[in-house]
Amino acid sequence: MSTTFDLDGQPVPFQPGDTVIAAATRAGHTIPHLCWDPRLGPSGACRLCTVEVNGRPAAACTTRALAGLRVACQTEPLQQRRRQLLQMMFVEGNHFCPSCEKSGGCALQSAAYAAGMTGPQWEEFYPQRAVDASHPALWLDTNRCILCKLCVRASTELDGKGVFAIGGHGIHTHLIVHSPSGRLADSAIAATDEAAQICPVGAILPKRRGFAVPIGERPQDTP
Amino acid sequence: MSRPRIATVSLAGCFGCHMSLLDIDERLFALAELVEFDRSPLTDLKEVGPCDIGLIEGGLCNAENVEVLRDFRRQCRVLVAVGACAINGGLPAQRNGRDIGRLMAEVYHARPGLAEGSGIPNDPELPLPLARVHPIHEVVHIDHFLPGCPPSADAIWACLTALLDGRDPALPRPLIRYD
Ligand code: SF4
Ligand code: SF4
Repeated sequence: MSTTFDLDGQPVPFQPGDTVIAAATRAGHTIPHLCWDPRLGPSGACRLCTVEVNGRPAAACTTRALAGLRVACQTEPLQQRRRQLLQMMFVEGNHFCPSCEKSGGCALQSAAYAAGMTGPQWEEFYPQRAVDASHPALWLDTNRCILCKLCVRASTELDGKGVFAIGGHGIHTHLIVHSPSGRLADSAIAATDEAAQICPVGAILPKRRGFAVPIGERPQDTP
Repeated sequence: MSRPRIATVSLAGCFGCHMSLLDIDERLFALAELVEFDRSPLTDLKEVGPCDIGLIEGGLCNAENVEVLRDFRRQCRVLVAVGACAINGGLPAQRNGRDIGRLMAEVYHARPGLAEGSGIPNDPELPLPLARVHPIHEVVHIDHFLPGCPPSADAIWACLTALLDGRDPALPRPLIRYD
């Protein structure tokens, strides 16, 4: 029996229990994603890893690999969908990259570059949530948060502190901090926690370390 | 044969996108051969006339910006949103969480060091600020977006030459930047 599936015409080997994205990544393929991390359980929140599985759209991070699946990732319709998803994420937050310390090292930004996103087509939401700068070593700007829940999962699954959670409904869904005051300073988080470092965008940032890497040498800068 | 006409304008911009346009350096001579400039901060024309291409820098922060943007849309066949401000409001849109009346009062009335009797300017000659800063595509249709704060000279050149050749100005990845 075959233990591979087909990704854009290439056989990808997998192990029992693998998701499509886990097997593809291990085999050296790239499926665009924002909320997936191989160390953590799946989230299925960002939808960027949507591929076509036997002709139907499915999230590669929540779809189990099966022998003989036909998976399409690099098609123009999918690329167009990714651009639209990314545009939605940008207008939902205040993504003013020109003054964001994560610029050049941001997964959202580089996914948008890779998808060829130039401008938005929807109205800006312009959320106005207060910045939490209460913690001595960290600060939180949830106007840039994409609700990927990487911090939530890292904090519950990796160190058991459970510092973060998601609250609210619909467009008002937002990241909350589990502490009596709701402030980061009164939570158990430490700057060395994975939950403090895992944020793929500029929502959770270390204090007093911004703009330290020259333009051109940042992780996502292209030559 | 008449050359294609280009108009440019800065709305709630910083003129940085225009400086980046000038950064095409000697290619400006080639551009001057290829096109005719209509209304632009670089020419003396006061009103925008019929044009092939309009380049808009800056978002919308006051009533005059909206009026000028609508003039450009009426006159230009192709309108390009140039730079972060025109595309999503940019850094000036960081004022959107604040009350514009209070901001004006803080700057023109309550700021330490102002002369006795200073107040918010109220001459009708002055355009009223909008409650919030907006990207230009929220008011008129935009044909192309040229991101960057500012876009690089190479990105501007690639976009202009594509448009003048009648091609889609799709930028290769290294020329797409938002910062
Ligand atoms: S979080 Fe990323 S996309 Fe958002 S402003 Fe910062 S660099 Fe830009
Ligand atoms: S703060 Fe960062 S890691 Fe946490 S949910 Fe938001 S974007 Fe994801």
